[in-house]
Amino acid sequence: MSITIELPHVGESVVEGTIGKWLKKPGDSIKRYEPLVEIITDKVTMEVPSPVEGMVVHLLAEEGETLPMGAPIAEVATADSPEGAEPETAPIQLETAELETAPPVAETPAAAAPPASPGTTGYLLRDVTPVGPTGGAAVEISEPTVAAPAPAPQTVAVTPTPVATTPVAPAPSAPSALSGQTRLSPAVRRLAQEHSIDVTQIPGTGLGGRITRDDVLKFIASGPTQTAAASPAPRIQGDTSADGQETYITVTPVRRMIAEAMVRSVTEIPRAWSMVEIDVSGLVALRASIRGEFEPKLGSSLTYLPFVIKAVVEALKQFPTMNATWGGDKIILKNSVNLGLAVAAPDGLIVPVLHNADQLSIAGLAIGAKDLADRARTKKLTLTDVQGGTFTLNNTGALGSASSGPIINYPQAGILTTETIQKKAVVIDDAIAIRSMMNICLSFDHRINDGAEASGFMSAVKLRLQAMAPGSSIY
Amino acid sequence: MTVKSVIEAVREAIAEEMERDPKVFVIGEDVGIRGGVFLATQGLSERFGSDRIIDAPLGEASIMGIALGAAFRGMRPIPEVQFSDFVWPSINQLIGEAARTCYGTNGAVQVPMVIRMPYGGGIRGGLFHSQNVETHFFHTPGLKVVAPSTPYDAKGLLKSAIRDNNPVVFLEHKKTYRLVRGEVPDEEYTLPIGKADVKRVGSNITLVSYGLTLHYCLEAAEVMAAEGLDVEVVDLRTLTPLDTETILESVKKTGKLAVVHEDNITGGVGAEIAALVAEQAFEYLDGPIARICGPDVPTMPFAQTLEDAYMPTGDKIADGLRKLAAY
Repeated sequence: MSITIELPHVGESVVEGTIGKWLKKPGDSIKRYEPLVEIITDKVTMEVPSPVEGMVVHLLAEEGETLPMGAPIAEVATADSPEGAEPETAPIQLETAELETAPPVAETPAAAAPPASPGTTGYLLRDVTPVGPTGGAAVEISEPTVAAPAPAPQTVAVTPTPVATTPVAPAPSAPSALSGQTRLSPAVRRLAQEHSIDVTQIPGTGLGGRITRDDVLKFIASGPTQTAAASPAPRIQGDTSADGQETYITVTPVRRMIAEAMVRSVTEIPRAWSMVEIDVSGLVALRASIRGEFEPKLGSSLTYLPFVIKAVVEALKQFPTMNATWGGDKIILKNSVNLGLAVAAPDGLIVPVLHNADQLSIAGLAIGAKDLADRARTKKLTLTDVQGGTFTLNNTGALGSASSGPIINYPQAGILTTETIQKKAVVIDDAIAIRSMMNICLSFDHRINDGAEASGFMSAVKLRLQAMAPGSSIY
Repeated sequence: MTVKSVIEAVREAIAEEMERDPKVFVIGEDVGIRGGVFLATQGLSERFGSDRIIDAPLGEASIMGIALGAAFRGMRPIPEVQFSDFVWPSINQLIGEAARTCYGTNGAVQVPMVIRMPYGGGIRGGLFHSQNVETHFFHTPGLKVVAPSTPYDAKGLLKSAIRDNNPVVFLEHKKTYRLVRGEVPDEEYTLPIGKADVKRVGSNITLVSYGLTLHYCLEAAEVMAAEGLDVEVVDLRTLTPLDTETILESVKKTGKLAVVHEDNITGGVGAEIAALVAEQAFEYLDGPIARICGPDVPTMPFAQTLEDAYMPTGDKIADGLRKLAAY
């Protein structure tokens, strides 16, 4: 079994050495610590002893040859263990004595002249793993690498990750602190002021939806057309066709966005559907018990929606794959729960997004949902108000529906509908009772979740809604 | 143009200036017969004689004091501190006296000396052969501080430093000595002290560094280029006087800044640059200023794993750039 002997590292700043003289030739036997070769560096000349006893098999370098520290220089067959346990290529730690032996020799000529680099920029030779005075890991520096090699040298062992423009997933602990439009960098403020831009109209692509300088510059470059989505939409105007048989209605930007999402949804998402019936008698009683106190604060009628939202966002926390997106080779879990709420608006169905819905109480959800619905109906929604949803809730029951098959709001993992609440005769413990019953229907992306998860999710919603009763806190 | 290493560039600069001006002399430990432990003065004793390449006893206070006195009398000494780790006994001569003389005498007495110091780690030098000392001198008015990263810059700046009438602390990162090579003009040239150099032009993020880590910055910039990020790399070259103009111009262009140095993070050069940019380019910032620096540990550790953990290498810089890009 042969052992590879490496050129030892001999001190600070020395990266290469020259074979001065071989003190042994192939076939010679050698004792442990017996000098094997004389090495010349630009700092010292020294003898390198053999780390093992055995026979010199090969000399891997010529006298006068300059090699990087750690390069293999010889092979020595050990006397014992021809089939020894040591792996053949095991690098050996060389012990070299302190190196003040001979007067310094002339500095060795540099290895082959490296390629000229442009301008005044120097270049780093391929980095040497520091090995200290005892020798060690093998390295190659025989090819001087310009400071800018495409596959980075070993010092830059960077795992390939997606392009930097992909936002880093925000820390789940602080989504609210980073979200929203209020935190503007000085550069963004200055640019917005210089160009008289309302930054709330700019979609942010930075961390937590932050508007970056580049977002502003792109917005400026894209011209005033961008603002159409945010400003009050023009009145729907129809153009009559030449024969008078058709009327053409120009599609608004918001409408177009929804249409595109719907088409993508049915063409890309393999959808599955499920329905669960829930006894919401307790919820009905709870709502009735607090309307008088809460509705004046809210300034409008208290609906069942905020209660349902609460149950849904908690269930989404419990089943994070329902608050997710199909990413081709991965499932992308969304750390924030941004709940899309289907609202009937003048343009048709519109889905404003209640951002960070998981951080609000039922009362807070009621206020947030009302605000969004009001602004949807008065066309005061901004582009951000309809972006970033992670799951969608549609109260089709308000339209009298008892069951519906919703289309998933692409690219979300699912959409849930709440149907009309009806009093029904149900059997409880072999007795017939009259209870307030409601169906909930779920369409879900079968690539992300199977029936088991979907049923689990719906059961979680059901349990939470059935648990609500007079006395439950809404704050 | 000839490709040379940093140590060759340093040696040439000293030799050329000694040839040009008989007032220039070198004093330090092992600089004469030995030619210096890094061989910066190899062959110079034979060439210029032992009264101009002076082997000194192991006493930095004496080396600095002798140099200071000679400079008072019009000589142009180049004291060498064998490793920057050993400079501390001479701090009184350097900060207490040399830095203050010109100001204190209203210009009547000048101190034209260049204090050469190999500094920095990443070479398994352990606790006493790896220190970064620049911040102490960076903080001291009256000293110029130069820290080149390439052979071209080292030679051009060292020649300027020797001709300067102020005390110049000339910091040579010892890992660059033989690891960094580059083209150096065969003809005579000097470079101005106080002028930074944009080593790589970019538009998304500004990286500011000097010395060894400048090369790690260039590596990281290439990695990020493959990921679609265009990084500008500014090589300070001189720490004092700081080229604020180049730094501010770059940050105003890119809107984001990361400063990289091997010296520990607190109160370092990076902190000063962060303050400068916050004061004078606030309205151009589109992200927090990042410092990718050595940690606040008392000195460079010896253990391989700990030294690796200490050094701000290309992969760490690339990680920092990714965070800044995503902000």
